[in-house]
Amino acid sequence: MGVLSLIIKREFIAKVRNKSFIVMTFLSPLLFVGMSFLIAFLTNMNKGEVKKIAIHDEIGLLKSDFKNTTDTKYVDLSQMPLQLAKDTASKNYEGLLYVPKVGNPKELVNSVQYISDESPSLEFVSGIEKVIDNQLTNNNLKELGFDSTKIEKAKVASELHITKFSGEEGLKFLNEVKVFFGGAFGYLIMMFIIIYGNFVMRSVIEEKTSRIIEVIISSVKPFQLMMGKIIGNAMAGILQFMIWVIIGLVVIIGASMIFGTNPADASTAAQAMNNIPENANVVASLMQKINLYYQEIPVLLTVSFFLIYFIGGYFLYSSLYAAIGAAVDSETDSQQFLLPIIMPLMLGIYVGFFTVINDPHGTVATVFSMIPFTSPIVMLMRIPFGVPVWQLILSLVLLFGTFLGVVWFASKIYRVGILMYGKKPTWKELYKWLKY
Amino acid sequence: MNNILEVKNVVKQYGDYTALNSVSLQVPKGSIYGLLGPNGAGKTSLIRIINQITLPDSGEVLLEGEKLAPHHVSYIGYMPEERGLYKTMKVGEQALYLAQLKGMPYDDAKKQLKYWFEKFEIEGWWNKKIQELSKGMAQKIQFIVTILHQPKLLILDEPFSGFDPVNANLIKDEIIELNKQGTSIIFSTHRMESVEEMCDYIALIHKSNKLIEGKLEDVKRQYRTHKFQVGIISPNVEGFMYDLTQKFTVGQTNFKSLNDDLKLEIDLGNRTQNELLEVLVKNGQVTHFTENIPSVNDIFIQTVSQK
Repeated sequence: MGVLSLIIKREFIAKVRNKSFIVMTFLSPLLFVGMSFLIAFLTNMNKGEVKKIAIHDEIGLLKSDFKNTTDTKYVDLSQMPLQLAKDTASKNYEGLLYVPKVGNPKELVNSVQYISDESPSLEFVSGIEKVIDNQLTNNNLKELGFDSTKIEKAKVASELHITKFSGEEGLKFLNEVKVFFGGAFGYLIMMFIIIYGNFVMRSVIEEKTSRIIEVIISSVKPFQLMMGKIIGNAMAGILQFMIWVIIGLVVIIGASMIFGTNPADASTAAQAMNNIPENANVVASLMQKINLYYQEIPVLLTVSFFLIYFIGGYFLYSSLYAAIGAAVDSETDSQQFLLPIIMPLMLGIYVGFFTVINDPHGTVATVFSMIPFTSPIVMLMRIPFGVPVWQLILSLVLLFGTFLGVVWFASKIYRVGILMYGKKPTWKELYKWLKY
Repeated sequence: MNNILEVKNVVKQYGDYTALNSVSLQVPKGSIYGLLGPNGAGKTSLIRIINQITLPDSGEVLLEGEKLAPHHVSYIGYMPEERGLYKTMKVGEQALYLAQLKGMPYDDAKKQLKYWFEKFEIEGWWNKKIQELSKGMAQKIQFIVTILHQPKLLILDEPFSGFDPVNANLIKDEIIELNKQGTSIIFSTHRMESVEEMCDYIALIHKSNKLIEGKLEDVKRQYRTHKFQVGIISPNVEGFMYDLTQKFTVGQTNFKSLNDDLKLEIDLGNRTQNELLEVLVKNGQVTHFTENIPSVNDIFIQTVSQK
């Protein structure tokens, strides 16, 4: 067995056998699902609370317009004197909606008050304003001689039908789903790069502090050790991702078997809906919807490019992490050098979320999906929208080309750094090491 | 080919600092070669170059007459001064891994490792992690790892540090045994008594330059002082001292002796030993007569403080 494969094997086994790796691999999908349920649960719980709002309407124009809903209940306190209504409301209710006595209802436009110690949510305020607007508009219309019921009848609510030029049925919110999908993968890449880059760095520091480094590099070249470390950790990362994909597939297939639908085949879903119980119906139709999106989004393509960009981006960054690990004596010393590494990753994420959503093929998004330090994240966000092949190729060539350059640069620092102990190097010294 | 290792005019610079200034060494095959020098003299830089950890700026290193090449790593066993093993890796796996890195096939490595574990009676450690072992125990593993692949040249940097006297002796015996079987050994240490005891050849590096190199006796001969320690029981001390100081420079000294004798240190100057003996025999009963042989320690201190 070659020396490099020996090192890769050791690094891989050391990583995979680590308890934290096993826990992370199997626990984080559970954690992810658990968190989603928790968030959904908390949101629902919040909704379950009923807000009680008191109304003191001195002209009796608006009070009947406020209809109780599942989370808001209106109580009419118009019979009480204003002061008593205020006292009652401050003790027993969320707030008091005060409609003052005015000569002309038109004046209500800016004279209705909402009195509460809690600051109301934007949604709540605009809801109330909408009710007032409606009533006042109707009043105005009446005054101008329009028949409000006729106008109501004349109103329409249009629905835009989205299709492709090929005549295929389009899906609403497809772009949002694509952004979410690409964004999730871009984010995952960033997390993988940071987590596994740190693993590489920690492993280098460990060899340095345990002083085994000198024994090892009397047998192998520092470059081989560095590459073995990077590749070994990458394989552990890919294994982890694969396990997640398999867990995901098992969950999807399991769910579709339970609810009798196959996500890959929508027609059976419709059939199945007829003979399964009511609540499963909902799930089945959801599955059918997911399936429609699934057909629209190049899932397999995205996953494949996830692996390719992960390897490229990870190699690029982890060789920098290795160089930093070699330059310092402990993890605490690494902070000043880590900042310039984290910055482009963060930049990639922000550029991705702010520009790709608006214009996936715009200049900014395109440029950042070419720059090797951000391309793994930004390009991955663009892929669900369909990227020209030449752009993909160019971006990959740039990524892997830069990787070679960076590895060369990192290995020089690595080679010198692993034998340096004691003091924290400065940027200037790192530069000098390049020439040793 | 009589030299296992030849270092020729090796220069190594780190930035403006010269770590090795055209150093040449010749390590004869089958020798125990003491590489001496104060801290920071350049020993570690030289050892790292021999191990191909770093490359010399100029000059060359020949191993058995061949220019140093990557495949030579399996010929050399190196125990650095700063010992280190993977703390969380099991002893057996780790030793096998390191032996394989040196190019040893897995099965051979396993067989050899079993042999050494039995020899040192540490079979029970195979599945222990290094962090569970004491420092001395870890040192033993380090030694085994260093010699497991049966190197032709063994480079030991401070091999006895960290060992208790019993284990230090055990390791010393193993080193001598390996040397008898034909392994050449380069031995870097500050413990002069072990140099005195074990080395056939020494070299002294100071401030990036080699100052001394050669067979231990030759070096000592070079540094001989021509002073003799003499014990004598003389009936007429005054007359004897008069005779003696006519020809020689005499000083007081002290050594262990069962006799109630005069203890003198006598400088021969440019006279011979026999001339001294003549004077001595004429004047009394000689109980002690030895030449002052310079210790490695003396040579070391003398050379280093001269410069």
